[in-house]
Amino acid sequence: MKIAVCIKQVPDTEARLRVAKDGRWLDEDDLKYRTNESDEHAIEEALQIAAATGGEVIVITLGPDRAKESLRKALALDAARAVHLVDESFQDGDAAATARALAAVIEQEGVDLVLTGSQTDDVGYGATASMLAGRLGWPHAWLVMGLEVEEGGSTAKVTREMESGMNEIFRLQLPAVIEVQAGINHPRYPTLRGIMKAKRKPMATPTPADLGLDASEVGLAGSRLEIVDVAFPDTGAGAQLIEGDAAAAAAALVEKLQKEARVL
Amino acid sequence: MSKTFWAVLQQREGKLHRSSIEAIAAAQQLAEAHGGGRVDAILLGGDNTSELIGEVASYELGAIYAVRDSALDHYTPGAYLGVLVEAVKAGKPDFVVLPHTYQTVDFAPRLAQQTDAAYLPELIGLEQEGGELLYRRPILTGKLQARVRVKGEGTVVVTVQTGAFSADTAKAGSAAEAALPDAGAPTPDRELLGVEQVGGDQVDLSKADVIVAVGRGIGKPENLPPIEELAKVLGADLGASRPVIDNGWLPRDRQIGSSGQTVAPKLYLALGVSGAIQHLVGMKGATCVVSINKDASAPIFNVSSYGIVGDLLEVVPALTEAVRAAKV
Ligand SMILES: Cc1cc2nc3c(=O)[nH]c(=O)nc-3n(C[C@H](O)[C@H](O)[C@H](O)COP(=O)(O)OP(=O)(O)OC[C@H]3O[C@@H](n4cnc5c(N)ncnc54)[C@H](O)[C@@H]3O)c2cc1C
Ligand SMILES: Nc1ncnc2c1ncn2[C@@H]1O[C@H](COP(=O)(O)O)[C@@H](O)[C@H]1O
Repeated sequence: MKIAVCIKQVPDTEARLRVAKDGRWLDEDDLKYRTNESDEHAIEEALQIAAATGGEVIVITLGPDRAKESLRKALALDAARAVHLVDESFQDGDAAATARALAAVIEQEGVDLVLTGSQTDDVGYGATASMLAGRLGWPHAWLVMGLEVEEGGSTAKVTREMESGMNEIFRLQLPAVIEVQAGINHPRYPTLRGIMKAKRKPMATPTPADLGLDASEVGLAGSRLEIVDVAFPDTGAGAQLIEGDAAAAAAALVEKLQKEARVL
Repeated sequence: MSKTFWAVLQQREGKLHRSSIEAIAAAQQLAEAHGGGRVDAILLGGDNTSELIGEVASYELGAIYAVRDSALDHYTPGAYLGVLVEAVKAGKPDFVVLPHTYQTVDFAPRLAQQTDAAYLPELIGLEQEGGELLYRRPILTGKLQARVRVKGEGTVVVTVQTGAFSADTAKAGSAAEAALPDAGAPTPDRELLGVEQVGGDQVDLSKADVIVAVGRGIGKPENLPPIEELAKVLGADLGASRPVIDNGWLPRDRQIGSSGQTVAPKLYLALGVSGAIQHLVGMKGATCVVSINKDASAPIFNVSSYGIVGDLLEVVPALTEAVRAAKV
């Protein structure tokens, strides 16, 4: 099976986040980046299916120059090729605009299955991959926690997460867009050999014109949603913060839990 | 021209999801923010949904558009999109408002894409600024929020975050059932094989009195033993945020949140948990929340009674000692 995986590089939220001076996004100066968590699981799932069925894995990202690090990492894990939509006109799009660009790549590639994450840890639209399926006219499933390709690749058995700890299991026709949820598998780590090999693997950088798209259809120009500004949430009433070194704070907290909240 | 707002209700196996009323409330508030308009509800399902009409008939709605078809007995995106895409294309509502649930968000983006609508997920608030309506939504898993604008003409498909538009604010009135104009044909695209409980139900946290919940902030599973000791002296059960489970540090039946268990203990001690909405919906029933987090801006503090800003690895052993010292 030829499998495409759509991945996005996102800020590592373990790092301290600060709002940029103009208020429009994060201060990117001391931001670290990583591959979106559920997308890492999508790569792993693709590699396993490709190994079982024979075939190659292509990784695709839309993002600025730094995003090639995420592609390199996927190539080091055994993906065969990468496509990087790095052209300025692709950037800062909403889910629909990003899906339009990704769909054009996938149509050109002609793949049997698309794997994606379920939601990005930055803008978190939870939508890009479903819209991609809509553009391709393929079935899709969101929040997938189990995937089994059946019958020589014409159908797949899918386990999808529902609310309050329930899963739904169903079969759908391939090709499809399968949006995996973090936790579906345990992503592997790259080997030194993989990292060396990745440096020689091809990375294409098509422009909108190369994909038969007009620059006005993609990126911010092709979007109906625009971020005006970002901020930390209102703290509301907030917590009563207990100060002091660890021992003092711990003792004060226990006293409050006993005497004030009466829960101990 | 007066605007039209469609609230798409959610039902499953003939039961109305409680967030459906929140979608009605949100649609009404969106209508108000746009200077008024007509708010209709839409309910898709099988024959077992006819009684649900009564549950929404007492709200201020233009009509309750019902579509009943055996192909809608069980949710599939193909069946729902088959009905709604045609209806939205023909009816051209200004807004389609849906609850942000796992069932609905499975098809809502495609509804927007296939009708050339704008898609605005996880709405949590509306703000007028300089004569412009801005929409608030969480970003970075709730650590920050963004205000966004919607550009261009045409329908906007909105999903509303659970709890952001209280069902109590939905305006009362009366409404009757009608057929959804220009409804398309449902075309199921999944062969349903069954449902299962995740991770079995070995551990039931729903009745726990005290819960010590660990988040990604514990860093590695090697840091669990002192936390387990604290749980022991507190007589607490151990719970966790999703990443802890996804990383295999604790079994799946310890997960608290929208895709895990729902708990309501007297005391909920959150250690290295940031407080994403998907976690909060699972523990908002706790009486007293205490958070220990090194980041003072972590949203978990907003729902906590008490907080310690600091390194949990230092505070946890101290807390264990303090509980030991205080208890007989
Ligand atoms: C569809 C969907 C369903 C989901 N379902 C669930 C669910 O059921 N349950 C759930 O929990 N999540 C769920 N999530 C994930 C959710 O969005 C968040 O990503 C997750 O809750 C974050 O977990 P966390 O707070 O442990 O990690 P993080 O957000 O990474 O937070 C870690 C926190 O630890 C703090 N920290 C780090 N080191 C220390 C230290 N030494 N001392 C003190 N504090 C420290 C940091 O400041 C930070 O606040 C779901 C997501 C999606 C998209
Ligand atoms: N810029 C992008 N490049 C490649 N894939 C993306 C991009 N944005 C989103 N995706 C894919 O779509 C999924 C959902 O993203 P989102 O709609 O932003 O929550 C992600 O998990 C990725 O698999």
